[in-house]
Amino acid sequence: MGKRVLITGLGTFWGGRVAQDLEADPSVDVIVGLDRHDPRVPLERTEFVRTDESYSILARIVKAARIDTIVHTFLVVDSTQMSSRQMHEINTIGTMNLFAAASAPDTTVRSVVVKSSTLVYGSHPRDPVWFSESSRRAEQPRSTVERTLLAVEGYVRDFAVDNPHVAVAVLRFSNVLGPDVSTPIASLLTRPLVPTILGFDPRFQFVHEADVVRAIRFALDSGLAGTYNVAGDGLLPWSEVIDICGKRPFPLSPIGTELLALPLGRLGVDLPRELLDLLRHGRGVDNRKLKAAGFDYRFTSAGAVDDFARSMRVRHLTAAGPEYRYERDVEQFFRHSPAVVHDD
Amino acid sequence: MPEAPSSRRRRPTAAAVEPGAEVATVTALEDRRDAEGRSTELVPVPGSAEPLADPRRSDIDEWGRSERMRQLARTLYGPVYERWHRVEWEGLDKLPTEGGALLVANHAGAIPSDAPVIMHGIESELGRPVYGLADEVFKRLPVVGVLWSRVGGVLAHPDNAYRLLREQEQLALVFPEGTKGTGKPFQERYQLRRFGRGGYVEIAMRSGVPIYPIAVVGAEEAMPTLWSSARLARALGIPYVPLTANMLVFAGLGPLGAVVPLPAKIRVRVLDPVTFDVPPDQPRYSRSRIMEASEAIRAQIQEALLDMLRARQSVWFG
Repeated sequence: MGKRVLITGLGTFWGGRVAQDLEADPSVDVIVGLDRHDPRVPLERTEFVRTDESYSILARIVKAARIDTIVHTFLVVDSTQMSSRQMHEINTIGTMNLFAAASAPDTTVRSVVVKSSTLVYGSHPRDPVWFSESSRRAEQPRSTVERTLLAVEGYVRDFAVDNPHVAVAVLRFSNVLGPDVSTPIASLLTRPLVPTILGFDPRFQFVHEADVVRAIRFALDSGLAGTYNVAGDGLLPWSEVIDICGKRPFPLSPIGTELLALPLGRLGVDLPRELLDLLRHGRGVDNRKLKAAGFDYRFTSAGAVDDFARSMRVRHLTAAGPEYRYERDVEQFFRHSPAVVHDD
Repeated sequence: MPEAPSSRRRRPTAAAVEPGAEVATVTALEDRRDAEGRSTELVPVPGSAEPLADPRRSDIDEWGRSERMRQLARTLYGPVYERWHRVEWEGLDKLPTEGGALLVANHAGAIPSDAPVIMHGIESELGRPVYGLADEVFKRLPVVGVLWSRVGGVLAHPDNAYRLLREQEQLALVFPEGTKGTGKPFQERYQLRRFGRGGYVEIAMRSGVPIYPIAVVGAEEAMPTLWSSARLARALGIPYVPLTANMLVFAGLGPLGAVVPLPAKIRVRVLDPVTFDVPPDQPRYSRSRIMEASEAIRAQIQEALLDMLRARQSVWFG
């Protein structure tokens, strides 16, 4: 019997990507995707359920579809997209409900993959150059996104302790760059002038978007359990990142930077608190644990930046393509109408 | 380069966490074995290790060190080292030409000359890099922090030290007195402060490297602290705000006068290495062994300092 997978956050970039990837795998029988918003990528056989992540609905879906694998990608790590309250609802409350639903007495869930972020380590002058999975934060989180992600990992950890028969993998992804994904850092780098903090040149680490999807697949296929950092090899200074992207630095005052960030936000240059910390102190994570588990990366940190820079040069040519739009009735027709001829 | 066993749990040592501080912990899930008892740590397939494209443009390494900047610093600092301080070494040949080692020295002067003297001396004589482990203050300051890391400064964090010493087999320099040594008034010169909490001994034990104690004479006189304001330091969030003799002597140079050292003769003596017969990579080491070793090293350096001072006839000419 094949896998029966539940993907949370199907409408997000990662949920869509993982669903597309899983659809190509014949050993996956059923893919159910949840989100409040329509999927943004065309999907063949994934069943989309538009729902908020309330407990009762999740519990019914998990039970009715005999879900055995959960891919939790519905975690917001980009705080520029929504308010703190919304982020709390999605990250903290959504995760709480999901894992409550997955731990019902007669649960069929056997494997869980959570897409977390290295934001949980924070960014502080007292940080080691490389965080290992067991390193501690230097200080309490100041930003909502970091707080909610720590809460999320807390719920996941409780779930793992209460359900020792379930393989729970928490993947902490570093800053993601790639041709398609949009992140706060990527949007800074698309501008001709890239903000820096005067007198600071922190080291950055990146993971390529392709390696993100591959890492999630790897965790699913190998039944990975435990917490793993996912980040490309090497650290490179922010000045070099700007250089590879062919942009020029725009230094901000090191004093009162957060005040400066407010008017810049009005101009469309979003510098949330966690990004300002990163621009000051940087962050590196040790990626050797996942490598030791058998995962091989396709991109180093510098390689991810380079690939992003290449795609940026032709972005104005490729962005004009027709965008996929989810039409409920059409999708229902393709999936369920006897008129549609399936090859198998 | 020995591969660290990935199952090793790095325990944050006391040095990393302030006592009583409430710190949010990032806790990792324990490794698990799957239903068949198969370890989830798989061995990488041999042959798949084709090097990835790594289009770097600068020579800044993971520690923030740049060999080009280091070269520039050596060129600029060379005359200061040779003509101004006329540095002389004793026992430089004791230092290892390969393998990791922790160098431990006394620390003095409001802007301590001992750090650049030791780093410059070893790098130019032995031709191997020295990473200076320093307080987080450096990383908080704009410009200074970047320059410091470009010339080989690294935050003194147990994880950083372990990686440098055990995994990369480098030389690391540490001043266990920290800012207590550099912030002390001139009247208390050459009286060693507490050597931290002995964290440096624990790091050497865990990394399985020897400690080379180093005694430096002359740095105290290169920038003597006449008076310092605790209140101003607290307000600015830095360890001390001193009034140095240099500020008065070089008052004509303006703000530059505050950073120019006096031309004291600097002598450096490398003492016999201290090794520990404990296995590396342990999660904990006996507190008493650590403190015992730390006290012994401190006494050794203090004794060497007194010995060197007895032989010194002039602060300026040695």
